[in-house]
Amino acid sequence: MMLEKLALRSRALLAGAALSALLVAPAFAVTPADTLVEGFAIDDIISMDPGEAFELSTAEVTGNTYDLLVRLDLSDTSKVKGDLAESWSVSDDGLTYTFKLKPGMKFASGNPITAADVAYSFERAIKLDKSPAFIINQFGITGDNVTEKAKAVDDTTFQFVVDKAYAPSFVLNCLSATVASVVDSKLVKEHVAAVTPSADYKWDNDFGNAWLKTGYAGSGPYKLREWRANEAVVLERNDNYNGEKAKLARVIYRNMKESSAQRLALEAGDIDVARNLEPNDLDAIAKNADLTTTSAPKGTVYYISLNQKNPNLAKPEVRQAFKYLIDYDAMASTILKGIGEIHQSFLPKGDLGAIDENPFKLDIAKAKELLAKAGLPDGFKVTMDVRTGQPTTGMAESIQQTLGQAGIKLEIIPGDGKQTLTKYRARNHDIYIGNWGQDYFDPNSNAQTFASNPDNSDNAKIKTLAWRNAWDIPDLTKETEAALLEKDAAKRADMYKDLQQKILDTSPFVIIHQQLEVAGLRKNLQGFKLGPSFDTNFVWAVSKQ
Amino acid sequence: MSVAENQAAAGRGSARAVAVLSSLGRFLVIAVTTYLGLLAVTFFIGRVIPIDPVLAVLGDRAPTAVVERTRREMGLDLPWIEQFYLYVKAALRGDFGTSVLTTNPVMSDIRRVFPATIELATLGTLIGAVIGVPLGVLAAVKRGSLIDQIARIVGLIGYSVPIFWLGLLGLVLFYAKLQWIAFPARLDVVYEYTFTPITGFYLLDAAIQGQWDVFYDAWRHIVLPAALLGYLSLAYISRMTRSFMLNELAQEYIVAARAKGLSERRIIWGHALRNAAVPMVTVIALSYANLLEGSVLTETVFSWPGIGLYITNSLQNADMNAVLGGTIAIGSVFIAINLLSDLLYRLLDPRTKAG
Repeated sequence: MMLEKLALRSRALLAGAALSALLVAPAFAVTPADTLVEGFAIDDIISMDPGEAFELSTAEVTGNTYDLLVRLDLSDTSKVKGDLAESWSVSDDGLTYTFKLKPGMKFASGNPITAADVAYSFERAIKLDKSPAFIINQFGITGDNVTEKAKAVDDTTFQFVVDKAYAPSFVLNCLSATVASVVDSKLVKEHVAAVTPSADYKWDNDFGNAWLKTGYAGSGPYKLREWRANEAVVLERNDNYNGEKAKLARVIYRNMKESSAQRLALEAGDIDVARNLEPNDLDAIAKNADLTTTSAPKGTVYYISLNQKNPNLAKPEVRQAFKYLIDYDAMASTILKGIGEIHQSFLPKGDLGAIDENPFKLDIAKAKELLAKAGLPDGFKVTMDVRTGQPTTGMAESIQQTLGQAGIKLEIIPGDGKQTLTKYRARNHDIYIGNWGQDYFDPNSNAQTFASNPDNSDNAKIKTLAWRNAWDIPDLTKETEAALLEKDAAKRADMYKDLQQKILDTSPFVIIHQQLEVAGLRKNLQGFKLGPSFDTNFVWAVSKQ
Repeated sequence: MSVAENQAAAGRGSARAVAVLSSLGRFLVIAVTTYLGLLAVTFFIGRVIPIDPVLAVLGDRAPTAVVERTRREMGLDLPWIEQFYLYVKAALRGDFGTSVLTTNPVMSDIRRVFPATIELATLGTLIGAVIGVPLGVLAAVKRGSLIDQIARIVGLIGYSVPIFWLGLLGLVLFYAKLQWIAFPARLDVVYEYTFTPITGFYLLDAAIQGQWDVFYDAWRHIVLPAALLGYLSLAYISRMTRSFMLNELAQEYIVAARAKGLSERRIIWGHALRNAAVPMVTVIALSYANLLEGSVLTETVFSWPGIGLYITNSLQNADMNAVLGGTIAIGSVFIAINLLSDLLYRLLDPRTKAG
């Protein structure tokens, strides 16, 4: 009301002024009918090369612009379905996977898609050895053996050989990750740059990495036309796509960081979708008749973790007491409203074997009892590193208040995200509040980090989240490894249920909620749907009325 | 003119040339040491902050082996001094390294983002000076009057209200409610891909190419952020003008001018302002430099891809090459503006003219 009055007054004041003649805009802004415009914080993108990219925004772009051998089955996310592959088989010894490609497919460039392209994609991902390469090299694939282990038998047959008889569900889930995206080898080879081999990089060329950072060589429903860092990503329909063609000719992601700015732009019709909305803006959008909202749980969990180097936090009763000192319900109805769902086990919903029971509730009396048992009836002092911003700050304040009720004095140390993370990675924290997104859609991704710690020494080669909290767990580590080799999917699911239960009971992780990704949309959009992971936020089915 | 006078004039001329040269030399020495100091301080702050730069490149999820290798590739395992030496050596060749976030060479990033800031700051300073100077003069001449009070309030608000709040309010009012101005960005989506900038100053580029629809669109995008920055510098400039003018108006030459019977108008605008203009140049230049330094908050609120946003983003991500490059760019501008205002000072100050 206030604002409207203000608006009216200023209009009257300025009406006669020459200024208004310059300012008066045409009617309501509308985005072009054949273009989807999304306001999205895309400043995390550092490379568009699917062999290198490991950021959330990039995952969405890669998911829409590249094809894979197999893709997550959105109707049952514990399975995969064929994408470029028509069928596949696993040898009896569980080591050899043979994929048969669908015939007559083309890349966006017009080049045919062959098994040789698949083999080259694997070779470059392994040899470049960037952040996501471990998803493939964990099967015993190295730069030296990749050309034998991942090879084209003929034009339409691709063979992948692993070093152990892993659960097939595990192998296939990993192959649905964006790092296994198939690139147009003919096109990429036109753009390779020579490199002088060194101890760290043994190869004489960059497999087109420099070019693909901003270039494109895929076959997805959309092709990447342009990425301007911190400004925009532009996708265009790929008319050579092998499946159903994308409905809109163009998709533009505009970098907008501010929730309130996204909301204003959405209300004004300058963007069709707002992707980074905070609860208050989300509320306002839900009430607007021209707009609507949608959401989907993502594979990211928020947790606090207790460093076991701190003698107080290392006591099992204290670890347990913390789980009763979180006001889950209050958080769910306030700071997490619309953006998170209470979820206390480490496997996000949708994963094979994920359990969805939340046994813990705020229970001060019970927590006090546990603290007394630990010899700390009067509580203690402890610090928590909190990255500034929401929801972490709000969560930390709530936790500070409930811990106080049991006599634990929590000092919050606010910091920039990278700063708190640096400290966490060096194990110098007491308590850390953060989130973990799974690397690929398989229970092993989170199990390996929450429930496994092969070497707890300071100079360990593998530094999992359990390591970062100095939680030494040889038995759970073995169990996590065993679950990888269980061929029977049902039995494998049971093993993960057991692991989750043990983490609930004993771990220094207090898992609080699973992230809900939300979006505000204009009502004239049809077919906009957020997927279960960032690389399944598909836009090709979106159309406009 | 006699021979003696001629010689004297020539002598004065060469003495002046020597003076100019020596002040130029002094200026160069100062500029170079300032640069080096700037570089060293920024570099070492960048190394001292408790953020692991490898995190910026790889994110949190990279395996340990990749982290170690990247650390070596970035030269972060070398001693600080050696890292600094290598950096300065490359910088002297004009190579400021590659930005982690954008993967472009830092200099090409800066060439892209700086014009956006310059365009905004120039427009802002123009607004500030064109309105601020007369406002300050009027406030000084009519001291204690209504206009003086209004000018004071306008100045106070400009000083004390957070600019991002004003910006958001402006957006709500002029963009969301009234639809007078455009979406926070530099251009509408439709034009982004049909318009090729030449200089990077969109208003200028559109005018050069005769694309008046683009010009109008760019104008609708820039008008609010520029007006905001203009308001900020107006607040500053008008207050300073007022106090300089008050100072001048109390001088004896004003009394003398009045005694001579000059018109009040001539006294104020021709004499008092003429003398006040000398320090005003420094004030306006400083306020311009301030806006150029990147109006981080304004750029954030209006999604304006300028240098303030670029450096802040880079700093938050420990992208030190970009931060260093940006700092040097801004340092250069500061030094250049100082030099320029120095020159203007000489031109405007009647005492340096008589020579």
